[in-house]
Amino acid sequence: MARKTTQTRKAFVTAIAWIIGFLIFFPILWTILMSFKSEGDAIKAPFAMLSSAWTLESYGEVQERSNYLRFFMNSVIISLGSTVLALVIAIPAAWSMAFVPGKRTKDLLMWMLSTKMMPAVGVLVPMYLMFRDFGLLDTRTGLVTILTLINLPIVVWMLYTYFKEIPGEILEAARMDGASLRSEILYVLTPMAVPGIASTMLLNIILAWNEAFWTLQLTTSDAAPLTQFIASYSSPEGLFYAKLSAASTMAIAPILILGWFSQKQLVRGLTFGAVK
Amino acid sequence: MATAHSRTAARLMVSPAVILLFLWMIVPLGMTIYFSFLRYNLLQPGTSFAGLDNYYYFLTNAAFWDALWNTITLVVGVLIITVFGGIGLALLLDQPMWGQGIVRVMVIAPFFVMPTVSALVWKNMFMNPVNGMFAHIAKALGLQPYDFLAHAPLASIILIVAWAWLPFSTLILLTALQSLDREQQEAAEMDGASWLSRFWYLTVPHLTRSITVVILIQTIFLLSVFAEILVTTNGGPGTASTNLPYLVYAQSLLSFDVGGGSAGGIVAVILANIVAFFLMRMIGKNLDA
Repeated sequence: MARKTTQTRKAFVTAIAWIIGFLIFFPILWTILMSFKSEGDAIKAPFAMLSSAWTLESYGEVQERSNYLRFFMNSVIISLGSTVLALVIAIPAAWSMAFVPGKRTKDLLMWMLSTKMMPAVGVLVPMYLMFRDFGLLDTRTGLVTILTLINLPIVVWMLYTYFKEIPGEILEAARMDGASLRSEILYVLTPMAVPGIASTMLLNIILAWNEAFWTLQLTTSDAAPLTQFIASYSSPEGLFYAKLSAASTMAIAPILILGWFSQKQLVRGLTFGAVK
Repeated sequence: MATAHSRTAARLMVSPAVILLFLWMIVPLGMTIYFSFLRYNLLQPGTSFAGLDNYYYFLTNAAFWDALWNTITLVVGVLIITVFGGIGLALLLDQPMWGQGIVRVMVIAPFFVMPTVSALVWKNMFMNPVNGMFAHIAKALGLQPYDFLAHAPLASIILIVAWAWLPFSTLILLTALQSLDREQQEAAEMDGASWLSRFWYLTVPHLTRSITVVILIQTIFLLSVFAEILVTTNGGPGTASTNLPYLVYAQSLLSFDVGGGSAGGIVAVILANIVAFFLMRMIGKNLDA
């Protein structure tokens, strides 16, 4: 008897969910559509805009006028660089905390987390002055350093929660079977740890790519990543809708794709393991 | 199990992370505290001890109270939208439907949009009073287009930020919903419990912890909203959309008042720490489980 009502209900839920999903996604969709229009068509009323001719000219212009690729490369280098560096520092730390926990491991983890709670403005002034004095303003080195530091607690935490799930008995079993420490790490632990490390890496790249406090404060042109590149459209260039759309689409596309793959890890990483 | 040897090795492995974070935490913060007691302007040579003057001027400045109020309004406004919206969306997405994966992807997408992009897209393509989408809609309906960012700057920023954070709360609450005990739900249904009472007595208590986590984590991030304000209103008109981070930025890097900006930074740190205190206790409790 419930069969029919369930189907109707399902259709109803589907319709509502699709409408809401579409509305939430709409600004992104609209930006992508607009990026394929000419400047003149982009400011037309919505229906006139949609029915106008499609073109790639905005993409060409964005690259030509502001050298998009340089900003893109800065974003790639900064987000990848800071992620790899954070992993190199965090993997051994998370590893030893998960497998050789001491009395103070919990306190240590909580303390690491607390560093993340400090608002960036609290250290803006000294960081700016230090960067100025050390010649780090507007350098990739400077940004990689700072993004490594701000994301390090999240990376340690995420890795820790993943490593915690690797059963310790399996190590003992390997040891019993006469595996050396080296082969234990290489053949037993690494394969089990790789998925966790990969998810952590993914989430961290996304966070670093979108970081928009330090990247805006500490760069102007040479090391400026995409966040800064888009900010340069704030006015009055932002009124060139097609170009702004093209620039925005290019800035968010890589991370949108990566992000869709990392939905589950996102929850875990951003709640510090409090919600899995 | 763990030998003295492996303990030493473990300590060595932890130490780089600890030392780096310790330096990162202590050095700049120490400097901020130090600067906050100095008369220090980048445009004037020399510094001198100022005592509590910087704090006095910062806290008695009308802009500070505006900024504090705006910060709280922004945080609370975004939280209300994202928590209630998130609960609704999570409940919806938890129902059986066709194409759930695609809907999920659409709902989550805003989270991956960098703040400068979302702010500019909303500002120009939607809220612009001449060519924005809302203006076109208003004109089509025969209404006067509304200049959102000029007349309701803070509300507009709340909308933009809430749009970006709604996926976060939805995703977390959905994850929590999916770990709900189905058998318990079914048993309650068999016993004749209505949808409302099942929701209220089973779902809500189950979600409470996740909602708390959402609120606390978002608060941490929302207390430092900056890029959205920088590219849309520059804190204006006047101080109508200036929050604490923006005020500190304006004071230290636009007015070059290092001392005053530092005092503001410390005030922001104290504020964030109040929230952090509760968040840390929650996460700490969970760590044992």
